[in-house]
Order: sequence, then C-alpha cells, then structure tokens
Amino acid sequence: MSARVSLFVTCVVDQVFPNVGMAMAGVLERLGYAVDFPEAQTCCGQPAFNSGYREDARRVARHFLDVFEGADYIVAASGSCTSMVSHHFAELFPHDPVLRARAEAMAPKTFEFSSFLTEVAQAEDFGARFDQVVTYHDSCHALRDLKIKEGPRRLLRGVAGLELREMDAAEECCGFGGTFSVKFPGVSGGMARTKIESILKTGASTVVSIDSSCLMQLQGAISRAGLPVRTMHLAEVLASR
Amino acid sequence: MPTAFNEKISQTLGNQKLQLALYAGTGRLVEHRKHAVAEERLPEYQELRSHANALKKHTIEHLDHYLEQLEANVQAHGGQVIWCRDAAEVSDFVLDLAKRRQARLIVKSKSMTTEEIDLNERLEHHGLEAVETDLGEYIIQLRGERPYHIVAPALHLTRYDVADIFQEKLGIPNETVIEKQTMIARSVLREKFLAADIGITGANFLIADSGAVVLVENEGNARLTTTAPKIHIAVAGIEKIIPRAQDLGVFLKLLGRSATGQPLTVYTSFLSGARREGEIDGPDEFYLVLLDNGRTKLLADPDKRESLYCIRCGACLNICPVYRKIGGHSFPWIYSGPIGAIITPQFLGIQHTPALPFASSLCGACAEVCPVKIDIPKVLLDLRAGVKEGPGKAKSDWLERLGFHAFAWLMCHPKAYALMGRFSRLAPLLNIGPLRAWRSQRDLPAMPAKSFRQLWKERG
Ligand code: SF4
Repeated sequence: MSARVSLFVTCVVDQVFPNVGMAMAGVLERLGYAVDFPEAQTCCGQPAFNSGYREDARRVARHFLDVFEGADYIVAASGSCTSMVSHHFAELFPHDPVLRARAEAMAPKTFEFSSFLTEVAQAEDFGARFDQVVTYHDSCHALRDLKIKEGPRRLLRGVAGLELREMDAAEECCGFGGTFSVKFPGVSGGMARTKIESILKTGASTVVSIDSSCLMQLQGAISRAGLPVRTMHLAEVLASR
Repeated sequence: MPTAFNEKISQTLGNQKLQLALYAGTGRLVEHRKHAVAEERLPEYQELRSHANALKKHTIEHLDHYLEQLEANVQAHGGQVIWCRDAAEVSDFVLDLAKRRQARLIVKSKSMTTEEIDLNERLEHHGLEAVETDLGEYIIQLRGERPYHIVAPALHLTRYDVADIFQEKLGIPNETVIEKQTMIARSVLREKFLAADIGITGANFLIADSGAVVLVENEGNARLTTTAPKIHIAVAGIEKIIPRAQDLGVFLKLLGRSATGQPLTVYTSFLSGARREGEIDGPDEFYLVLLDNGRTKLLADPDKRESLYCIRCGACLNICPVYRKIGGHSFPWIYSGPIGAIITPQFLGIQHTPALPFASSLCGACAEVCPVKIDIPKVLLDLRAGVKEGPGKAKSDWLERLGFHAFAWLMCHPKAYALMGRFSRLAPLLNIGPLRAWRSQRDLPAMPAKSFRQLWKERG
C-alpha cells in the first residue's frame, strides 16, 4: 500500500508549530503512505468565515479547492480546519453549483489527522514511547462537528509509557474561538483559566489535543501563570521515541 | 472605546463572588440535566429531540393555520384572544381591562414574554401594583433587577444577598436559612394572591387543537395566579403553539429535564378558558394575549427562523462557557446566553447589538444540549455575515474589513504568504491591536526560526 496523502498543515502549524507538521508527516510515512505537501496551500479561510466576511472566505476556499483538487486524501493537522473544509465549504457557495459540487466532492476525502489514522489507516502501533501522564483536551469542532471523541484517546492509550487521565472539563471550550480571543480577551482568557484548573486537577504533565490553536491558547495562559504543564499535538506524541 | 456591553462584561469578570455563584449555579444545572438525559435513564433522548425539532419546524411553517385553529378553540371555551403587535398594545389592553373592572392589584407568575415587553413597569406607571410570585422573580423584583437567567432568575444571588434584600425591603433582619426565606416570601405572597384582581401568566405551550394553555412550574404560584383572581390573562408569543395535545408529551419530557434535570416539573397545568357552569374553580374571565413583537420578522427569514423553536429551557445558557463568565446582566436584553445572542439582534435589529453575535467562541455546546435542536452556531455565523456584509454594515469596521481583504488576498497568493510568514517571525516584537489583546491575557508562543514549508523544503 502506498496510497498518497496530501498534508494540509494549516496556517497556524505552518507558521507557528512546524514540528507538528513534521511529526504528522513522519507518522504517516512510517505507516507506508507517500506524503506530499502541496506548496501552494495556505489557509482554509475560517478566520474570515467566522468573522462574517464570507466573500473573503469564499476567495480562500476557492484557492484551497484549486490546490487540493487532485488529492487522494487530504489529512489536516486540525479538527477545526477539517470541519471548515468538510462542513462549511459547501455552505459558502449556495448559488454556485459548480463550486458547491467541488466542495462537496472534497469533503469525504478530507480527514483530520487522528481520524485518518483510526478510520482509514486503522493503525494502532506507531512504535511511540512517551513516559508522561497526559490529559486530552477535546477541541470543540473535532468533538461536535466531526464527532471525534474516542479515536485520539485510543491512540494515546496505545503509546508505551503513557498514562491517560481524564479531566472533568475535557469537553469544555478552551476559549480560543479565533478572533473571539482578541475581540473578547477577558472572557477568552477566563475560559482558558477555567480549563487549566481542570487540567491541573489531573496531575498531568502534558495536555494533548488535535488542534494547535487550542494548544496555543492554553500554552499562552499556562505560561502566563507560570505553571509546569506543557502542551503537545497528538502527532508529536505519536512521533515520540 | 469600551461599549456598555464590554463594560458590563468587565464588571462581571471582576466580581469574584459573582463568578463563583455563576459557575456553581450553572454547573449544578448542567450536572442535573446530564444525569436526567443519560442513556440509561432516557434512551430515547435523541429521538425525542429530533421529534421535537420536526414538530416545531412543521408548526412554525404553518403558523397561520394553527393560530386560527387555536383562536377558534379558545373562543369555544369562552375565552378571548387578543392579538397584539407590540408591548404598547399589550399594556393598553391590560390597563383598559383593569380600568373597566376597577382592578388595582395584579399577581404575576414567571413569564419571560412579559419581561420582554416591560409589562410590570408599564402597569406600575399607571398606578397598578404588579407582584411577581415566583420566588426568584419576587426576589429580583424587590431588588429592582431583571432576571439573570431565563429559568433561574436569581441565579446570581446567594442566600446572603436574599437576606439583605429581605431586611431592606421587608424589614426582616438577617434571615439566611433558605427554607425560612421561602416561608417569608410565601406569607407575603399569600396575602397578595387573596387580594389580587387579575392574574397574569405566560404560557409554556399553546395547544391548537384543544385551545389549552399549558404552564409548567415548581412552586404552585402559577396555578394560584390562574385560579385565585377573578381574571386570568395569559401572555404568549405566537411561537409557543403546538398542533395537538398529543404532541405535548414530547416537549414535556424534554423541557423539565433540559431545564433543571426534572423528569417532570412539580406542576403542569392545562388551562382551557374561564370557569364554566358547575365547575368549582377557575377565573370568571380568561384572555389569551398573542404577541408578535418582532416574531413575524423572524418568521420571514428562512435561514434563521429556527430561532423561534426555542422552548426557553435555559440549557444553552448553563452549558455556555461564555454565559458562565459574563452572566445574564451583561446581555443587552432580557434574553441572555446563546439563545439571547441569536434572538436579540433579530428582534431589536442587528444595528443595535452588532457585537453580540461575536461574543462566542462557536464551541457548539449550546446546539448539543438544545432539546429542539436549534443550530445556534449556524445562526450566529449568519448574523455575523449580516453585520459585516449586510445592508447596514458599519463604516467603523473599515480597518477590519481591509484586514480581511488583505488576509484573503495573501491566502490566495502563496508566494506572498510565504514571504509574509518570514516577517511574522517578528510578531512578538510588536504590541499593537490583536497582539496586544492577546497579550493582555496570555503569552505569545515562541516563534520558530523556520516555518513548516521551509523545513519541508530543506528535508527535500
Ligand atoms: S435555544 Fe434550545 S437550549 Fe436554549 S433555551 Fe431555547 S430550547 Fe433551551
């Protein structure tokens, strides 16, 4: 099997967390996939869409469709961006049957990283080792739009040396919400701190998620509070030796 | 420039005592709901939600038909239906009736619809006394406040706050035991019930095929409001209607559980008109006020009319991480939380509350718990698009608009984007605009020396 996988690393991973993208590529290659990175990729357009600028979002979405049109599988480093492509792209083109059809055709081959591993690759063993106590943060769009709940946990439990501890507020939003985080910084920061309290109660050293934006929010608030907890994307954990 | 909305948010965030009461109060309701709808207790929960959604959808799309049927059935029971376009028409009707019947004292049971139209203030302005009889509503009426929450109006108060207001307004010193506070309110309110000329309630459901008004409650005050005074007026939004009595079960199973975790509220009253020959209780006169107040405007919008499905259970408020931080009084209108965020701009006009649809992380927890499956995040997104691209878009947004145009252009030009990415490594050196807002709460991530695309290229 050497099916081809096209990485969509997302703009946040590309610019801020490049190691997440490298880890993701490494895990997929170890499973035997031919991984490519369409270089013309940028962003899914979600920031504009969520901020009410649909015309701008449409422009970015059209670019995305052009870049990834020929892909067999698109594997994204984020639940939120995956949901943008698979759930909202089609909505963006209510009056344009051609673009709508292209968006609809792209949806079923677009996967969030962990769900690609559990549903398509159906892999269990990545040879990963991570000797830490870990807690998992359910990112909202992965959980509620993509219904991803058990998959990432199963993958984590398969990592040698790793102990997974559930926090009581696993499903509560971290408070990021894109531009919400800077439009209502006090509310957003308060939400992060509530989440962090729940993380601390588990005694975990590491909080893991499949969305780097949530982790950027949590890491920022953890670092501001000077707490000894670190954040990691699932791909980085699965690539640990 | 901080808006009133932002100001109230800051006040709430800065009030430690309030933050604790808010988080604990909503947290309890969240736990109760979760317990009540758990698979082992209510295996048909998801089917009930779908059924309720389908019933609401059907009813809202055939509202004219069911409203006519309802009117005919209410009249057949000897009641009168009063159609009101807005707040003034409701208060004019009540004032006129009160004058004709020489009524002075009105008892009220909890009703968000009458809050929506400031009915108490309007009646009191004309010399009538309107007393809230639900315990929470009574307390906040004493405090001269608005409900903090659509189901739990005094959610923000502790028993010590209640002791304070009882001391101030009733002259009862330092009573902090909740049961005793309840008894105090009860004895005051009993007198009011006995002396009242008119009882005003809302309605949880209006049943088209039987003409009945359904009220659910836990304290028995709604039942007294509808039976003790000679006149009962029920004020309801036109969207409260359901087609048939047999449809009610679906909603009753969901409402109590979603609101407070109760399989059924303590009292469920079916009221069909005034007392008839040979009956021993019920009022002499019954009026059903059907209120529009902007609802037909929502009805005309196929993309957002699902906002009218709401049965006011409050579940979306309790689960909402934003409501749990900013509380009910930060919201510009009496409807707060996620449902408030979607209906306020639609009722009052988006230009009056342009910031409201943006006060959400779009986490979707509201839609997940909504018993009638309103897709609240989708409506929020539609409203956002309306604010930024609709006919009334604000000129003051020009910088942001320019920013997003630039963003879109950049994202469609990969080379420029990559180049810009190199400059973005300098972002931590800046402290302006969004970066400053970010930093007010959090640290910025350490920027890596190279982007993924650079690393990938080097890897070859
Ligand atoms: S929107 Fe849904 S969850 Fe919120 S109050 Fe209405 S019915 Fe309840």
